[in-house]
Amino acid sequence: MTPSTQAKPQVYSHRPNEDEVMALEIKLLLQAIAFRYDYDFSHYAQASLTRRINNCLKKSQLNNIAEMIPKVLHQPEFFELFLKEMSVTVTEMFRDPKVFKELRNKVFTQLKTYSRINIWHAGCATGEEVYSLAIMLKEEGLLHRCQIYATDFNNQSLKVAEQGIYKAEKISEYTHNYQLAGGKASFADYYQAKHGYAKIHNDLKEHITFAHHNLIKDQCFAQMHLIICRNVLIYFDKTLQNNVLSLFNQSLLHRGYLLLGDKESLEFSKQKNNFDTIAKDQRIYQKISYE
Amino acid sequence: MMPVKSSSPYQALVIGVSAGGLNALHNILPKLPKSFPLAIIVLQHRGEVVFDGTSHNDFLISYFQKDCAMSVTEATIGAEIKPGNIYIAPAKYHLLIEKTKVFSLSLEPPVNFALPSIDVLFDSASACYKNQLIGLILTGASSDGSTGLKTIKGRAGLTLVQEPKTAEVDFMPKSAISLHTVDHILPLDDIAEFLCQLIQGDKE
Ligand SMILES: C[S@@+](CC[C@H](N)C(=O)[O-])C[C@H]1O[C@@H](n2cnc3c(N)ncnc32)[C@H](O)[C@@H]1O
Repeated sequence: MTPSTQAKPQVYSHRPNEDEVMALEIKLLLQAIAFRYDYDFSHYAQASLTRRINNCLKKSQLNNIAEMIPKVLHQPEFFELFLKEMSVTVTEMFRDPKVFKELRNKVFTQLKTYSRINIWHAGCATGEEVYSLAIMLKEEGLLHRCQIYATDFNNQSLKVAEQGIYKAEKISEYTHNYQLAGGKASFADYYQAKHGYAKIHNDLKEHITFAHHNLIKDQCFAQMHLIICRNVLIYFDKTLQNNVLSLFNQSLLHRGYLLLGDKESLEFSKQKNNFDTIAKDQRIYQKISYE
Repeated sequence: MMPVKSSSPYQALVIGVSAGGLNALHNILPKLPKSFPLAIIVLQHRGEVVFDGTSHNDFLISYFQKDCAMSVTEATIGAEIKPGNIYIAPAKYHLLIEKTKVFSLSLEPPVNFALPSIDVLFDSASACYKNQLIGLILTGASSDGSTGLKTIKGRAGLTLVQEPKTAEVDFMPKSAISLHTVDHILPLDDIAEFLCQLIQGDKE
Protein backbone atom coordinates (compact mmCIF):
# COMPACT_ATOMS: atom_id res chain seq x y z
CA MET A 1 0.00 0.00 0.00
CA THR A 2 1.22 3.47 -0.76
CA PRO A 3 1.30 5.91 2.16
CA SER A 4 -1.76 8.11 2.38
CA THR A 5 0.06 11.46 2.28
CA GLN A 6 -1.72 13.50 -0.33
CA ALA A 7 0.37 13.61 -3.50
CA LYS A 8 0.49 16.86 -5.45
CA PRO A 9 -0.43 16.33 -9.10
CA GLN A 10 3.10 16.87 -10.38
CA VAL A 11 4.69 14.46 -7.94
CA TYR A 12 4.92 10.81 -8.96
CA SER A 13 4.00 8.00 -6.59
CA HIS A 14 6.35 6.59 -4.00
CA ARG A 15 7.00 3.43 -5.94
CA PRO A 16 10.10 3.92 -8.06
CA ASN A 17 9.15 4.45 -11.67
CA GLU A 18 10.96 3.14 -14.76
CA ASP A 19 13.22 6.19 -14.90
CA GLU A 20 14.36 5.79 -11.33
CA VAL A 21 15.00 2.08 -11.84
CA MET A 22 17.07 2.91 -14.91
CA ALA A 23 19.06 5.53 -13.00
CA LEU A 24 19.96 2.86 -10.44
CA GLU A 25 20.90 0.35 -13.13
CA ILE A 26 23.20 2.90 -14.72
CA LYS A 27 24.80 3.73 -11.40
CA LEU A 28 25.51 0.05 -10.72
CA LEU A 29 26.80 -0.53 -14.23
CA LEU A 30 29.21 2.39 -13.95
CA GLN A 31 30.40 1.10 -10.58
CA ALA A 32 31.07 -2.32 -12.06
CA ILE A 33 33.04 -0.78 -14.91
CA ALA A 34 35.08 1.48 -12.65
CA PHE A 35 35.85 -1.47 -10.38
CA ARG A 36 36.80 -3.88 -13.17
CA TYR A 37 38.55 -1.62 -15.69
CA ASP A 38 39.37 1.58 -13.87
CA TYR A 39 37.30 3.64 -16.31
CA ASP A 40 35.19 6.03 -14.25
CA PHE A 41 32.24 7.41 -16.18
CA SER A 42 30.45 8.81 -13.16
CA HIS A 43 31.36 12.39 -14.09
CA TYR A 44 30.18 12.22 -17.66
CA ALA A 45 27.21 14.44 -18.56
CA GLN A 46 24.25 12.25 -17.67
CA ALA A 47 21.83 12.91 -20.52
CA SER A 48 24.09 11.85 -23.35
CA LEU A 49 25.67 9.08 -21.27
CA THR A 50 22.20 7.63 -20.68
CA ARG A 51 21.49 7.90 -24.37
CA ARG A 52 24.61 6.05 -25.34
CA ILE A 53 24.14 3.33 -22.73
CA ASN A 54 20.67 2.78 -24.18
CA ASN A 55 22.14 2.65 -27.70
CA CYS A 56 24.58 0.04 -26.49
CA LEU A 57 21.70 -1.90 -24.92
CA LYS A 58 19.78 -1.92 -28.21
CA LYS A 59 22.80 -3.17 -30.13
CA SER A 60 23.59 -5.89 -27.62
CA GLN A 61 20.05 -7.30 -27.70
CA LEU A 62 19.85 -7.55 -23.94
CA ASN A 63 16.59 -6.83 -22.14
CA ASN A 64 17.72 -4.17 -19.73
CA ILE A 65 20.73 -2.27 -18.48
CA ALA A 66 21.12 -4.51 -15.44
CA GLU A 67 21.87 -7.42 -17.77
CA MET A 68 24.92 -5.54 -19.00
CA ILE A 69 26.50 -5.74 -15.55
CA PRO A 70 27.54 -9.43 -15.56
CA LYS A 71 28.62 -8.96 -19.16
CA VAL A 72 31.06 -6.16 -18.40
CA LEU A 73 32.31 -7.98 -15.32
CA HIS A 74 33.08 -11.25 -17.07
CA GLN A 75 33.50 -10.49 -20.77
CA PRO A 76 36.23 -7.97 -21.60
CA GLU A 77 35.13 -8.09 -25.26
CA PHE A 78 31.74 -6.77 -24.20
CA PHE A 79 33.42 -3.92 -22.39
CA GLU A 80 35.31 -3.09 -25.61
CA LEU A 81 31.94 -2.75 -27.36
CA PHE A 82 30.66 -0.61 -24.54
CA LEU A 83 33.70 1.63 -24.66
CA LYS A 84 33.30 2.05 -28.38
CA GLU A 85 29.75 3.22 -27.84
CA MET A 86 30.77 5.57 -25.01
CA SER A 87 33.55 7.19 -26.96
CA VAL A 88 31.82 9.13 -29.67
CA THR A 89 34.27 9.13 -32.54
CA VAL A 90 32.52 11.62 -34.80
CA THR A 91 35.19 13.90 -36.24
CA GLU A 92 36.34 15.41 -39.54
CA MET A 93 39.26 17.23 -41.14
CA PHE A 94 39.38 20.98 -40.65
CA ARG A 95 36.09 21.05 -38.75
CA ASP A 96 35.30 24.75 -38.26
CA PRO A 97 37.83 25.99 -40.85
CA LYS A 98 37.94 29.45 -39.27
CA VAL A 99 39.50 27.95 -36.17
CA PHE A 100 42.41 26.59 -38.14
CA LYS A 101 42.81 29.91 -39.86
CA GLU A 102 42.99 31.71 -36.53
CA LEU A 103 45.37 29.12 -35.16
CA ARG A 104 47.63 29.84 -38.08
CA ASN A 105 47.42 33.61 -37.80
CA LYS A 106 47.50 34.05 -34.06
CA VAL A 107 49.26 31.00 -32.60
CA PHE A 108 51.64 29.53 -35.16
CA THR A 109 53.17 32.95 -35.72
CA GLN A 110 54.13 32.94 -32.04
CA LEU A 111 55.28 29.34 -31.95
CA LYS A 112 57.82 30.19 -34.65
CA THR A 113 60.12 31.63 -32.03
CA TYR A 114 60.67 28.21 -30.40
CA SER A 115 63.25 25.77 -31.68
CA ARG A 116 61.25 22.82 -30.43
CA ILE A 117 57.49 22.78 -30.13
CA ASN A 118 55.43 20.34 -28.06
CA ILE A 119 51.78 19.93 -28.96
CA TRP A 120 49.25 17.77 -27.16
CA HIS A 121 46.16 16.83 -29.06
CA ALA A 122 43.84 15.29 -26.47
CA GLY A 123 40.82 13.29 -27.63
CA CYS A 124 42.09 12.89 -31.17
CA ALA A 125 39.60 10.12 -32.02
CA THR A 126 40.37 8.67 -35.45
CA GLY A 127 42.98 11.31 -36.23
CA GLU A 128 41.40 13.55 -38.86
CA GLU A 129 41.92 16.65 -36.77
CA VAL A 130 45.54 15.97 -35.91
CA TYR A 131 46.42 15.46 -39.58
CA SER A 132 44.70 18.75 -40.35
CA LEU A 133 46.93 20.34 -37.75
CA ALA A 134 50.04 18.68 -39.18
CA ILE A 135 49.21 19.96 -42.65
CA MET A 136 48.91 23.53 -41.39
CA LEU A 137 52.16 23.24 -39.43
CA LYS A 138 53.92 21.91 -42.46
CA GLU A 139 52.72 24.79 -44.61
CA GLU A 140 54.04 27.21 -42.01
CA GLY A 141 57.41 25.46 -42.03
CA LEU A 142 57.02 24.36 -38.42
CA LEU A 143 56.24 20.66 -38.60
CA HIS A 144 59.87 19.48 -38.50
CA ARG A 145 60.30 21.26 -35.16
CA CYS A 146 57.17 19.76 -33.64
CA GLN A 147 56.49 16.81 -31.42
CA ILE A 148 52.77 16.18 -31.51
CA TYR A 149 51.27 13.84 -28.93
CA ALA A 150 47.88 12.67 -30.14
CA THR A 151 46.00 10.86 -27.40
CA ASP A 152 42.65 9.23 -26.79
CA PHE A 153 41.26 6.63 -24.41
CA ASN A 154 39.83 4.57 -27.22
CA ASN A 155 42.49 2.19 -28.55
CA GLN A 156 40.44 1.22 -31.58
CA SER A 157 40.23 4.85 -32.66
CA LEU A 158 43.97 5.26 -32.09
CA LYS A 159 44.65 2.34 -34.45
CA VAL A 160 42.60 3.99 -37.19
CA ALA A 161 44.36 7.28 -36.50
CA GLU A 162 47.77 5.68 -36.81
CA GLN A 163 46.89 4.19 -40.18
CA GLY A 164 45.56 7.47 -41.48
CA ILE A 165 43.34 5.86 -44.09
CA TYR A 166 39.98 7.51 -44.68
CA LYS A 167 37.03 7.05 -46.99
CA ALA A 168 37.53 8.89 -50.28
CA GLU A 169 33.92 10.08 -50.30
CA LYS A 170 34.78 12.62 -47.59
CA ILE A 171 37.63 14.15 -49.56
CA SER A 172 35.66 16.78 -51.46
CA GLU A 173 34.23 18.14 -48.19
CA TYR A 174 37.68 18.13 -46.60
CA THR A 175 39.17 19.86 -49.62
CA HIS A 176 36.58 22.59 -49.28
CA ASN A 177 37.30 22.93 -45.56
CA TYR A 178 41.03 22.99 -46.22
CA GLN A 179 40.63 25.93 -48.55
CA LEU A 180 38.44 27.80 -46.07
CA ALA A 181 41.08 27.14 -43.42
CA GLY A 182 43.59 29.08 -45.47
CA GLY A 183 45.35 26.09 -47.06
CA LYS A 184 48.28 27.29 -49.15
CA ALA A 185 48.82 24.33 -51.43
CA SER A 186 46.52 21.71 -52.88
CA PHE A 187 44.89 19.34 -50.45
CA ALA A 188 45.60 16.48 -52.85
CA ASP A 189 49.31 16.92 -52.09
CA TYR A 190 48.77 15.33 -48.69
CA TYR A 191 47.19 11.99 -49.47
CA GLN A 192 47.28 9.15 -51.90
CA ALA A 193 43.94 7.97 -53.31
CA LYS A 194 43.46 4.23 -53.73
CA HIS A 195 40.39 2.00 -54.15
CA GLY A 196 37.92 4.40 -52.59
CA TYR A 197 40.29 5.35 -49.81
CA ALA A 198 42.68 8.21 -49.17
CA LYS A 199 45.90 7.45 -47.34
CA ILE A 200 47.59 10.33 -45.55
CA HIS A 201 51.26 10.74 -46.56
CA ASN A 202 53.81 9.33 -44.15
CA ASP A 203 55.82 12.53 -43.80
CA LEU A 204 52.88 14.06 -41.94
CA LYS A 205 52.97 11.19 -39.47
CA GLU A 206 56.64 11.42 -38.64
CA HIS A 207 56.13 14.04 -35.99
CA ILE A 208 53.02 12.55 -34.43
CA THR A 209 53.06 10.05 -31.58
CA PHE A 210 49.73 8.33 -30.99
CA ALA A 211 49.23 7.16 -27.43
CA HIS A 212 46.61 6.01 -25.00
CA HIS A 213 45.74 8.64 -22.40
CA ASN A 214 42.65 8.75 -20.25
CA LEU A 215 41.81 12.33 -19.28
CA ILE A 216 39.96 11.13 -16.21
CA LYS A 217 42.89 9.51 -14.50
CA ASP A 218 46.17 9.97 -16.37
CA GLN A 219 48.54 12.82 -15.57
CA CYS A 220 50.61 15.29 -17.55
CA PHE A 221 53.51 13.78 -19.43
CA ALA A 222 55.37 16.74 -20.96
CA GLN A 223 55.42 20.54 -21.01
CA MET A 224 53.35 21.78 -23.91
CA HIS A 225 53.37 24.89 -26.08
CA LEU A 226 49.91 24.13 -27.38
CA ILE A 227 47.09 21.88 -26.22
CA ILE A 228 44.17 21.09 -28.48
CA CYS A 229 41.13 19.42 -26.98
CA ARG A 230 37.98 19.87 -28.99
CA ASN A 231 34.57 18.34 -28.41
CA VAL A 232 35.66 16.19 -25.52
CA LEU A 233 34.74 18.43 -22.56
CA ILE A 234 31.15 18.55 -23.83
CA TYR A 235 30.73 14.98 -22.60
CA PHE A 236 31.91 15.78 -19.06
CA ASP A 237 30.12 17.32 -16.10
CA LYS A 238 31.35 20.56 -14.49
CA THR A 239 33.59 18.81 -11.96
CA LEU A 240 35.37 16.70 -14.53
CA GLN A 241 35.66 19.66 -16.91
CA ASN A 242 37.41 21.64 -14.19
CA ASN A 243 39.75 18.74 -13.38
CA VAL A 244 40.74 18.29 -16.99
CA LEU A 245 41.22 22.02 -17.54
CA SER A 246 43.44 22.14 -14.50
CA LEU A 247 45.47 19.26 -15.94
CA PHE A 248 45.86 21.29 -19.14
CA ASN A 249 46.96 24.32 -17.15
CA GLN A 250 49.62 22.24 -15.41
CA SER A 251 50.81 20.79 -18.70
CA LEU A 252 51.18 24.14 -20.44
CA LEU A 253 54.34 26.18 -20.46
CA HIS A 254 54.01 29.84 -19.53
CA ARG A 255 52.29 31.65 -22.39
CA GLY A 256 51.25 28.26 -23.80
CA TYR A 257 48.08 28.05 -25.88
CA LEU A 258 44.87 26.14 -25.36
CA LEU A 259 42.31 25.44 -28.08
CA LEU A 260 38.86 24.12 -27.19
CA GLY A 261 35.84 23.07 -29.28
CA ASP A 262 33.40 25.49 -30.84
CA LYS A 263 30.87 25.22 -28.02
CA GLU A 264 33.30 24.86 -25.14
CA SER A 265 34.73 27.78 -23.24
CA LEU A 266 36.67 28.74 -20.15
CA GLU A 267 34.00 31.31 -19.31
CA PHE A 268 32.28 29.32 -16.56
CA SER A 269 35.27 27.28 -15.45
CA LYS A 270 37.64 27.63 -12.53
CA GLN A 271 40.50 28.23 -14.98
CA LYS A 272 38.95 31.41 -16.37
CA ASN A 273 41.39 33.72 -14.63
CA ASN A 274 44.46 31.72 -15.53
CA PHE A 275 44.05 32.37 -19.24
CA ASP A 276 43.85 35.28 -21.64
CA THR A 277 41.40 35.06 -24.51
CA ILE A 278 43.16 35.19 -27.86
CA ALA A 279 40.16 34.50 -30.10
CA LYS A 280 36.81 34.36 -28.33
CA ASP A 281 34.69 32.72 -31.02
CA GLN A 282 37.42 30.29 -32.02
CA ARG A 283 38.06 29.36 -28.37
CA ILE A 284 41.77 30.07 -28.39
CA TYR A 285 43.26 30.88 -24.99
CA GLN A 286 46.73 31.62 -23.67
CA LYS A 287 48.05 30.74 -20.26
CA ILE A 288 48.83 33.85 -18.25
CA SER A 289 52.37 34.13 -17.05
CA TYR A 290 52.78 35.52 -13.54
CA GLU A 291 56.49 36.00 -13.90
CA MET B 1 -0.40 40.17 -26.09
CA MET B 2 -2.23 39.03 -23.03
CA PRO B 3 -1.13 39.25 -19.42
CA VAL B 4 -0.34 35.97 -17.77
CA LYS B 5 -0.60 34.66 -14.22
CA SER B 6 2.22 32.32 -13.37
CA SER B 7 0.36 29.41 -11.80
CA SER B 8 1.29 27.05 -14.59
CA PRO B 9 1.84 23.39 -13.81
CA TYR B 10 4.34 23.41 -16.67
CA GLN B 11 7.97 24.47 -16.57
CA ALA B 12 9.15 24.10 -20.12
CA LEU B 13 7.96 23.94 -23.72
CA VAL B 14 10.04 22.14 -26.35
CA ILE B 15 9.30 22.91 -29.98
CA GLY B 16 10.48 20.72 -32.85
CA VAL B 17 10.26 22.17 -36.33
CA SER B 18 11.79 21.55 -39.73
CA ALA B 19 11.01 22.78 -43.25
CA GLY B 20 8.82 25.90 -43.15
CA GLY B 21 9.85 26.59 -39.60
CA LEU B 22 10.81 30.22 -39.85
CA ASN B 23 7.29 31.33 -40.71
CA ALA B 24 5.60 29.01 -38.27
CA LEU B 25 7.82 30.09 -35.38
CA HIS B 26 7.35 33.69 -36.35
CA ASN B 27 3.61 33.21 -36.09
CA ILE B 28 3.90 31.92 -32.53
CA LEU B 29 6.87 33.32 -30.61
CA PRO B 30 6.27 37.08 -30.98
CA LYS B 31 2.74 36.67 -29.58
CA LEU B 32 4.00 35.37 -26.25
CA PRO B 33 4.31 37.96 -23.47
CA LYS B 34 7.55 38.83 -21.70
CA SER B 35 6.07 37.30 -18.56
CA PHE B 36 5.50 33.90 -20.17
CA PRO B 37 6.45 31.65 -17.26
CA LEU B 38 7.94 28.72 -19.18
CA ALA B 39 11.35 28.15 -20.67
CA ILE B 40 10.95 27.58 -24.40
CA ILE B 41 13.49 25.46 -26.22
CA VAL B 42 13.30 25.60 -30.00
CA LEU B 43 14.91 23.04 -32.25
CA GLN B 44 14.82 24.10 -35.89
CA HIS B 45 16.33 21.60 -38.32
CA ARG B 46 19.00 23.03 -40.55
CA GLY B 47 19.39 22.24 -44.24
CA GLU B 48 21.99 19.95 -45.77
CA VAL B 49 24.15 22.80 -46.99
CA VAL B 50 27.56 23.34 -45.49
CA PHE B 51 27.50 26.60 -43.64
CA ASP B 52 29.15 28.26 -40.73
CA GLY B 53 26.99 27.14 -37.83
CA THR B 54 27.68 30.13 -35.63
CA SER B 55 26.62 32.85 -37.98
CA HIS B 56 23.54 30.91 -39.02
CA ASN B 57 22.44 30.69 -35.43
CA ASP B 58 23.22 34.35 -34.87
CA PHE B 59 20.83 35.04 -37.71
CA LEU B 60 18.04 32.93 -36.19
CA ILE B 61 18.50 34.55 -32.81
CA SER B 62 18.49 38.14 -34.00
CA TYR B 63 15.62 37.38 -36.36
CA PHE B 64 13.42 36.29 -33.47
CA GLN B 65 14.76 38.66 -30.85
CA LYS B 66 13.75 41.57 -33.04
CA ASP B 67 10.06 40.68 -32.74
CA CYS B 68 9.81 38.77 -29.46
CA ALA B 69 9.07 40.14 -26.02
CA MET B 70 10.76 37.16 -24.42
CA SER B 71 14.52 37.09 -24.53
CA VAL B 72 16.04 34.87 -27.22
CA THR B 73 19.48 33.25 -26.84
CA GLU B 74 21.40 30.26 -28.05
CA ALA B 75 21.20 27.16 -25.88
CA THR B 76 24.73 26.98 -24.55
CA ILE B 77 26.42 24.14 -22.76
CA GLY B 78 26.08 24.30 -18.98
CA ALA B 79 23.62 27.21 -19.07
CA GLU B 80 20.86 27.03 -16.50
CA ILE B 81 17.44 26.86 -18.14
CA LYS B 82 15.31 29.71 -16.86
CA PRO B 83 11.63 30.53 -17.34
CA GLY B 84 10.76 33.43 -19.60
CA ASN B 85 13.55 32.66 -22.06
CA ILE B 86 13.54 31.28 -25.56
CA TYR B 87 16.56 29.09 -26.30
CA ILE B 88 17.54 28.18 -29.83
CA ALA B 89 19.40 24.90 -30.41
CA PRO B 90 22.78 25.44 -32.12
CA ALA B 91 23.61 23.73 -35.40
CA LYS B 92 25.80 20.66 -35.79
CA TYR B 93 25.41 19.26 -32.25
CA HIS B 94 22.61 17.33 -30.58
CA LEU B 95 21.03 19.37 -27.79
CA LEU B 96 20.12 17.62 -24.56
CA ILE B 97 18.74 18.67 -21.20
CA GLU B 98 20.37 17.36 -18.04
CA LYS B 99 18.26 16.41 -15.01
CA THR B 100 19.82 19.43 -13.28
CA LYS B 101 18.05 21.67 -15.85
CA VAL B 102 21.12 22.74 -17.73
CA PHE B 103 21.84 22.24 -21.41
CA SER B 104 24.40 19.82 -22.73
CA LEU B 105 25.58 19.19 -26.26
CA SER B 106 26.72 16.02 -27.91
CA LEU B 107 28.60 15.45 -31.11
CA GLU B 108 27.13 12.24 -32.47
CA PRO B 109 26.00 10.96 -35.82
CA PRO B 110 22.64 12.29 -37.01
CA VAL B 111 19.51 10.64 -35.60
CA ASN B 112 16.60 10.29 -38.09
CA PHE B 113 18.94 12.01 -40.57
CA ALA B 114 18.86 15.04 -38.32
CA LEU B 115 21.60 16.81 -36.39
CA PRO B 116 20.39 18.26 -34.08
CA SER B 117 17.59 15.75 -33.67
CA ILE B 118 14.22 16.56 -32.12
CA ASP B 119 13.87 13.06 -30.68
CA VAL B 120 17.14 13.41 -28.79
CA LEU B 121 16.04 16.74 -27.29
CA PHE B 122 12.49 15.64 -26.46
CA ASP B 123 13.67 12.43 -24.87
CA SER B 124 16.11 14.11 -22.50
CA ALA B 125 13.72 17.01 -21.84
CA SER B 126 10.98 14.64 -20.74
CA ALA B 127 13.38 12.70 -18.52
CA CYS B 128 14.09 16.02 -16.81
CA TYR B 129 10.69 17.76 -16.70
CA LYS B 130 8.40 14.70 -16.76
CA ASN B 131 4.76 15.86 -16.53
CA GLN B 132 5.79 19.52 -16.36
CA LEU B 133 6.77 19.51 -20.01
CA ILE B 134 4.87 20.52 -23.13
CA GLY B 135 6.01 19.16 -26.49
CA LEU B 136 5.02 20.82 -29.75
CA ILE B 137 5.64 19.57 -33.28
CA LEU B 138 5.30 22.03 -36.16
CA THR B 139 5.75 21.96 -39.92
CA GLY B 140 8.42 19.78 -41.51
CA ALA B 141 9.39 17.11 -44.01
CA SER B 142 10.80 14.67 -41.50
CA SER B 143 9.59 12.06 -39.08
CA ASP B 144 12.05 13.26 -36.44
CA GLY B 145 10.27 14.22 -33.24
CA SER B 146 7.39 11.73 -33.48
CA THR B 147 8.97 9.23 -31.11
CA GLY B 148 10.14 12.01 -28.81
CA LEU B 149 6.64 13.44 -28.58
CA LYS B 150 5.28 10.01 -27.71
CA THR B 151 7.92 9.74 -24.99
CA ILE B 152 6.74 13.06 -23.53
CA LYS B 153 3.20 11.70 -23.46
CA GLY B 154 4.47 8.51 -21.83
CA ARG B 155 5.88 10.59 -18.98
CA ALA B 156 2.55 12.38 -18.58
CA GLY B 157 3.62 15.58 -20.33
CA LEU B 158 1.30 17.49 -22.67
CA THR B 159 1.60 16.93 -26.43
CA LEU B 160 0.61 19.42 -29.12
CA VAL B 161 0.83 19.21 -32.90
CA GLN B 162 0.21 21.81 -35.56
CA GLU B 163 -2.93 20.99 -37.55
CA PRO B 164 -1.35 19.48 -40.72
CA LYS B 165 -3.61 21.49 -43.04
CA THR B 166 -2.09 24.69 -41.69
CA ALA B 167 1.50 23.47 -42.08
CA GLU B 168 3.78 24.52 -44.94
CA VAL B 169 4.91 20.90 -45.01
CA ASP B 170 2.49 18.52 -43.35
CA PHE B 171 4.70 15.43 -43.15
CA MET B 172 6.12 16.00 -39.69
CA PRO B 173 2.81 16.87 -37.97
CA LYS B 174 1.12 13.91 -39.68
CA SER B 175 3.91 11.60 -38.64
CA ALA B 176 3.64 12.76 -35.01
CA ILE B 177 -0.13 12.32 -35.00
CA SER B 178 0.11 8.82 -36.43
CA LEU B 179 2.36 7.58 -33.62
CA HIS B 180 0.25 8.38 -30.58
CA THR B 181 -2.96 10.14 -29.61
CA VAL B 182 -1.75 13.69 -29.14
CA ASP B 183 -3.53 15.90 -26.65
CA HIS B 184 -4.30 18.80 -28.98
CA ILE B 185 -4.09 19.35 -32.72
CA LEU B 186 -4.13 23.10 -33.33
CA PRO B 187 -4.24 25.42 -36.34
CA LEU B 188 -1.08 27.50 -36.54
CA ASP B 189 -2.88 30.78 -35.89
CA ASP B 190 -4.32 29.46 -32.61
CA ILE B 191 -1.19 28.03 -31.02
CA ALA B 192 0.10 31.14 -29.23
CA GLU B 193 -3.30 31.92 -27.75
CA PHE B 194 -3.74 28.31 -26.69
CA LEU B 195 -0.41 28.38 -24.88
CA CYS B 196 -1.27 31.60 -23.07
CA GLN B 197 -4.62 30.25 -21.92
CA LEU B 198 -3.06 26.97 -20.95
CA ILE B 199 -0.60 28.48 -18.55
CA GLN B 200 -3.33 30.67 -17.08
CA GLY B 201 -5.14 27.47 -16.21
CA ASP B 202 -8.11 28.03 -18.56
CA LYS B 203 -7.32 24.77 -20.32
CA GLU B 204 -6.38 21.47 -18.77
C1 LIG C 1 33.63 13.74 -30.62
S1 LIG C 1 35.28 13.15 -30.49
C2 LIG C 1 36.20 14.59 -30.82
C3 LIG C 1 37.18 14.40 -31.92
C4 LIG C 1 37.93 15.64 -32.38
N1 LIG C 1 38.67 16.27 -31.32
C5 LIG C 1 36.98 16.62 -33.05
O1 LIG C 1 36.54 17.58 -32.39
O2 LIG C 1 36.63 16.45 -34.22
C6 LIG C 1 35.47 12.86 -28.75
C7 LIG C 1 36.68 12.01 -28.40
O3 LIG C 1 36.96 12.13 -27.01
C8 LIG C 1 37.44 10.90 -26.55
N2 LIG C 1 37.29 10.81 -25.09
C9 LIG C 1 36.14 10.78 -24.38
N3 LIG C 1 36.41 10.65 -23.07
C10 LIG C 1 37.77 10.61 -22.95
C11 LIG C 1 38.67 10.46 -21.85
N4 LIG C 1 38.19 10.32 -20.62
N5 LIG C 1 39.98 10.46 -22.09
C12 LIG C 1 40.46 10.58 -23.35
N6 LIG C 1 39.67 10.70 -24.44
C13 LIG C 1 38.34 10.71 -24.24
C14 LIG C 1 36.61 9.89 -27.30
O4 LIG C 1 37.21 8.61 -27.31
C15 LIG C 1 36.49 10.52 -28.68
O5 LIG C 1 37.50 10.06 -29.52
